Amino acid sequence: MAKEFIARGADLELKKIRKEFPGFTAIEELDLHVPAGEFFALLGPSGCGKTTTLRLVAGLETPTSGNIFIGGEDVTETKPHERPVNTVFQSYALFPHMNVLENVAFGLRQRKIDEPLVKAKEALNLVQLAHLADRKPQQLSGGQQQRVALARALVNRPSLLLLDEPLGALDLKLRREMQIELKAIQIEVGLTFLHVTHDQEEAMDMADTVAVMNKGRIEQMGAPEALYDRPKTVFVSKFLGQSNLLVGEVESSSANSISIEVAGNKISVPKARAEKHKGKIAIGFRPEKATFTSKKPTASSSTNIIGPGEIIDIRFTGVSNQYLIQVPGLGNLTVFAQNVGKSPVTELGEKVWISWSVEHSFGLADLPNTGKAV
Amino acid sequence: MAFAAFSSSKPKGFSKPTKSGKVAIALLAPGLAYLGVFFLTPLIALIMVSLQAPDPDGFIGDYVAAFEFNNYFVVVSDYFPQMMRSFGYALAATVLALVISYPLAYFIGVKARPYPLLQKLMLTLVIAPFFISFLLRTLAWKQIFSNESWIVTTLQQLGLLESDQYVVGTPFMVIFGLTYNFIPFMTLPLYTSLERLDTRYLEAGSDLYASPSKVFRKVTIPLSMPGIISGTLLTFIPIAGDYINASGDFLGSSSTAMIGNVIESNYLISNDYPAASALSVLLMGAILILVAGYVKKSGTEDLL
Repeated sequence: MAKEFIARGADLELKKIRKEFPGFTAIEELDLHVPAGEFFALLGPSGCGKTTTLRLVAGLETPTSGNIFIGGEDVTETKPHERPVNTVFQSYALFPHMNVLENVAFGLRQRKIDEPLVKAKEALNLVQLAHLADRKPQQLSGGQQQRVALARALVNRPSLLLLDEPLGALDLKLRREMQIELKAIQIEVGLTFLHVTHDQEEAMDMADTVAVMNKGRIEQMGAPEALYDRPKTVFVSKFLGQSNLLVGEVESSSANSISIEVAGNKISVPKARAEKHKGKIAIGFRPEKATFTSKKPTASSSTNIIGPGEIIDIRFTGVSNQYLIQVPGLGNLTVFAQNVGKSPVTELGEKVWISWSVEHSFGLADLPNTGKAV
Repeated sequence: MAFAAFSSSKPKGFSKPTKSGKVAIALLAPGLAYLGVFFLTPLIALIMVSLQAPDPDGFIGDYVAAFEFNNYFVVVSDYFPQMMRSFGYALAATVLALVISYPLAYFIGVKARPYPLLQKLMLTLVIAPFFISFLLRTLAWKQIFSNESWIVTTLQQLGLLESDQYVVGTPFMVIFGLTYNFIPFMTLPLYTSLERLDTRYLEAGSDLYASPSKVFRKVTIPLSMPGIISGTLLTFIPIAGDYINASGDFLGSSSTAMIGNVIESNYLISNDYPAASALSVLLMGAILILVAGYVKKSGTEDLL
């Protein structure tokens, strides 16, 4: 009689989703495909529409237009309790009138699955909280509540598990632990996870694929390494890690690369790593990919050099030092240096030249708001 | 202990319970005095009156102090039907009030949240009837359902009532009046607890495969239990002792007399003070037992 568990995750597809609320549009137009069994992160600042996207998939909101498919089936009109989806809510939303075990067994009982308490206990074992089964949720710490919420969702073996910033309320150390645990559980149960977060480290750390959302649309999507290595827009380059951006007209172009001139320095980027090859473009590089020297390095076609600039700020962060270098006509650029030798590597006020490999440059599709490097 | 580091001797006020005990008694005194004067004194007086015996040399209505426990057996055997009727009517009216009030309170407290003005307006409307004396309002209902009213004649013409049947004086009319008069006492506590209901629990319920009706039964009702308990207590207790609605002057008749009517007529008409007092004590005891059992059974210790 009892319905069987769904053994594995299903894929999720959003087609031309648009969501309007009275007074504003939360999602402009969203197309998204999450393959089965993947850990997918929707990353963006608050108000970018990522939580709305999650609520649309859960069925707690109805899209203004567009369709949602789970495992190939159109669920756009399906009520939340009929969708093979479970959510770990940001607030956890554990029922205060039930103990932990009953909370976890709730979904099983609704679907009339055999031995709900036995299965709930197993799920609590998975998150290592079986010993707290009789407690009320209010008696647990934030991290424990979060794990109960996870068990309550996972025990149903949903085709798709939605995570709405579930780690947001935890302190840093606990968050890191939970990230590792969550990833391990995802690999173990093999479900499709859709994780919404504004924490870029969390997204890069856990997800197979990250989609960066901004103002109701997806700016860029891909593996964390690819996104970090080659952001395509100013927003992505700034939201996912830090970037130095340089803006100028394309002056020359060779077979493989294009160059701009900024403050008397020639900056090149490989054509394959640039979105635009003509006109005014922004070229960026990551602070940890660059180094600085007190003498001007010899110019070569494989290295970009900027300088001289003045070190105006040094911030010690433990594993590295962050140097803020003011270059006349360009504004401030950031360079990270690992603390391998003596720290700081150099003193405030020193004149330095910044250099980095042309291969580490990236050309963006749009321009930053200010004309200068940021 | 931390204080010890700053003082040469041990702090005294904390370790000696006798001193703080005196303070506690001093603070409690006004409350105890209040209870003593306004609750205990009349209660003892009531119990003493309930045990009085008729004065053998006096007129009707003259009684002397005694321990006439037989009074209790007499009133129970005389007025058992009225007692049962009181609790029956009180139960029926409480259930009706709950069924009517819950959707109303849910609408005001949950659905109308985005519209604070509407919320306030509706709450005012719930309380508005209190601006008119409830005696007048009850009499108005008597008139609306009077024998010559168009409602009754229409019901008779439709064959729902026989030509010699009327509405006023029937149990229906009394329960109707009780429900009507006590609905705000049900709605307000329900509103208070539903207004605080976190709708994210409802979303979590539907996310966990519970249909809307299941969410209502498994999540909404348990979470609004404190309101249900206080609402039902605030209606059931006064209804069980009510003597206005069931009285022949208002909506009832002799066949709908409740325990309150019996107490009233014993006190004010037949001057049988011991019987009236005994009935009052019995009513109080019965309500205490019922309420204690109810609160215990609904397991509200965690919620209240």
